[in-house]
Amino acid sequence: MKLKQCVIGAAVAGMLTGGVSATAFARDNIQIAGSSTVLPFASIVAEEFGNALAQFKTPVVASGGSSGGLRQFCQGVGPNTIDIANSSRPIKSAEVESCAGAGVKNIHEIKIGYDGIVFASRADKGSFALTPKHVFAAAAAEVPQDGKMVKNPYTRWSQIDASLPDQEIVLVIPGSNHGTREVFEEKVTHPGCAEFPEIKALEGDAKKAACNNLRQDGRVIDIAGDYTETLGRLDAQADAVGVFGLSFYDQNRDRLKVATVGGVVPSLATVASGEYPVSRPLYFYVKGEHIGVIPGINEYVEFFLSEAVSGSGSPLEAAGLIPLPDAERAQVLADFAARKVAR
Amino acid sequence: MNQEAQAPRGALEIRKRQIESSLQRRHRTERTFRAVGLAAVIMGLGFVALLFATILAKGLPAFWQATVTTEVFFDPAVIKVEARPVRAADENPQQFRDRELAWLNRLGMVNWNRIIEDTLITHLPDAAEKRPLVRQLVTSGERFKLRDMVAADPGLIGKRAQVELLADANVDVWLKGNIDRSLDDSQQQLRPEVRAWADELKERGVIQNSFNTSFFVNPDSRSSLASAGLGGAFIGTLYMMAIVIFLSVPIGVLSALYLEEFAPRNRFTDLIEVNINNLAAVPSIIFGLLGAAVFINWLHLPLSAPLVGGLVLSLMTLPTVIIATRSALKAIPPSIRQAALGIGASKMQTMFHHVLPLAMPGILTGAIIGVAQAIGETAPLLLIGMSAFVATLPVTPLDQSAALPVQIYLWQGNELRNFFEARTSAAIIVLLALMLSLNALAIWLRKKFERRW
Repeated sequence: MKLKQCVIGAAVAGMLTGGVSATAFARDNIQIAGSSTVLPFASIVAEEFGNALAQFKTPVVASGGSSGGLRQFCQGVGPNTIDIANSSRPIKSAEVESCAGAGVKNIHEIKIGYDGIVFASRADKGSFALTPKHVFAAAAAEVPQDGKMVKNPYTRWSQIDASLPDQEIVLVIPGSNHGTREVFEEKVTHPGCAEFPEIKALEGDAKKAACNNLRQDGRVIDIAGDYTETLGRLDAQADAVGVFGLSFYDQNRDRLKVATVGGVVPSLATVASGEYPVSRPLYFYVKGEHIGVIPGINEYVEFFLSEAVSGSGSPLEAAGLIPLPDAERAQVLADFAARKVAR
Repeated sequence: MNQEAQAPRGALEIRKRQIESSLQRRHRTERTFRAVGLAAVIMGLGFVALLFATILAKGLPAFWQATVTTEVFFDPAVIKVEARPVRAADENPQQFRDRELAWLNRLGMVNWNRIIEDTLITHLPDAAEKRPLVRQLVTSGERFKLRDMVAADPGLIGKRAQVELLADANVDVWLKGNIDRSLDDSQQQLRPEVRAWADELKERGVIQNSFNTSFFVNPDSRSSLASAGLGGAFIGTLYMMAIVIFLSVPIGVLSALYLEEFAPRNRFTDLIEVNINNLAAVPSIIFGLLGAAVFINWLHLPLSAPLVGGLVLSLMTLPTVIIATRSALKAIPPSIRQAALGIGASKMQTMFHHVLPLAMPGILTGAIIGVAQAIGETAPLLLIGMSAFVATLPVTPLDQSAALPVQIYLWQGNELRNFFEARTSAAIIVLLALMLSLNALAIWLRKKFERRW
């Protein structure tokens, strides 16, 4: 019995020391984290990369949101920090500073393409032809009426504009933890807000508040989770209109009906041409200090930006990424080859 | 006199009636209580039945998947690679490895899609002009299956072989009717031609709904959704279970033994006891935060590794094991100890020769239930990076990996809802089956070794 206990004890000790000494080994695959919008694209590239190049292991892609990914990215240099941060927004200067503070000084920005953000309702409900103004009128806490700001009185879309369906206003939007929320505000509610002369006439903070404050009466629902949660909301509340990524809508066209914005139907073509207004560029950031230390980073970037992977007709386009124009992709690649540093 | 006798009889009558009505009332309340209790149990069982029924109804079809069974011709005109390099006598291993990798990469560059297209066109002659479309029938990852077949046996080039290729996820959805087949083209995922081909091949038996072993052995996949499997997550979970068993059971049992049998009773041990009971009630996500801070930031263990997951879950399981062991030890009658001590055994001998073996069934039950609880845990794993997308099978506990509950969470968020709703439920079935069998093992052990005093 005693012997048995000793053996178990030794095994435990061995495992612990084994675990700790493992840190001495260098990591031999790329570790990526960040934006959940970029995640599907990065995952596809990682998988193809591991399959195409036998000498490199498949990179591991984690989620965590743009800010979460960049925070992990800026934790420092070393094999237990990530090599690449995916982001659905450009890195902020505060983040560059915090990175530099932890020793991450060479941050290379790689733009990979665009992502469209769409409004969609249930397929069995009315069709929406929205404008930013409509969305603002539906979502704002206060709207101008007869020259002064009043508490949002609209309860049905048809009250905002006769052309819209006679449906309850329920707007399901991404929570503030999502990069998508910023785009929603920047590209939809703020331009919509600016169309009201009464708000334009306001000054400073009052104007900002008028544009930023969303109604709190339960008609605007924040979703902290992913688009499947938004879809679940639409299942429960038949009249709701949700905000989705273009690729999510595209893969669930049997359940969802997309709304036009400013008369433009969102599609790969209209987002790429800039006709459809609600879109944003997607990025990933490479830790320069890890290039040459963790094998394959250079090759991963080149693989990602190759025509066959992220150009037109590529698997990433099929998955819903709007590719960069060829010239711009070549420029991004050239900047990376020259090791241009983001700031 | 007569009247006097009647008066008490009247009082007796009243009293009897009082007793009867009170008895009735008490019986009534008892009946209501029983009915309410029974209703609660039936409702609970109903919910469990509903849960199982929906999960089984949704998930079971995902164990069978549309598969193209066909003869593939490994066309030497398409596969233009030289023979697999053989190690020369004067070559060092590194040089040989480089040459082999270069050969493998060249093999990977072969247009495998063309071979798949050619194969499908033999079944669908009218598809010859629509090559890019016909490829949509088979999931994109299957080209690597052909590549790996040739890499393993280069002699296949120029020959024919019977191969099973997984159909594309959307083909599977279409054939299973998980998408409304009456919807018009703009709402369908597949082009009308592809849908017609899928139906035709299904009718001719080329596409069959066959049992999906790849679901159990493949790692997760995002570029080839139909090949996404639970294999990686399952191995990750097994590693974590092994680590939890090896760490928390011995440590937990020994600490419980010490606390119960050897430790003096004083303020300090009381404090420890209270803390252990409190630890058992700490939300699991706190252990995740602790794990991230200690194992990853301080000890620099790798991210997303089952080793770290196992360590975190061990911490979580320890209090459960300790509490279960202590109650198992308490249940051993003192007469056993006294008898052993009485014939001259030392305290250590008493413990290890008599008390511990007798307490073993209880300890095992506690440990197994603790482990079953731990493998269902998701929250702490998210904080140590185990929610990452890992497209390879882990080999050691230090390799990045997913875990079963996390895999369920990841699939639940996948964009292609029509396909992944079923997969998610199928993964839940696997996890539930694992937990139920662990619990059954615990019950069996208890029944087999239990002793009544």
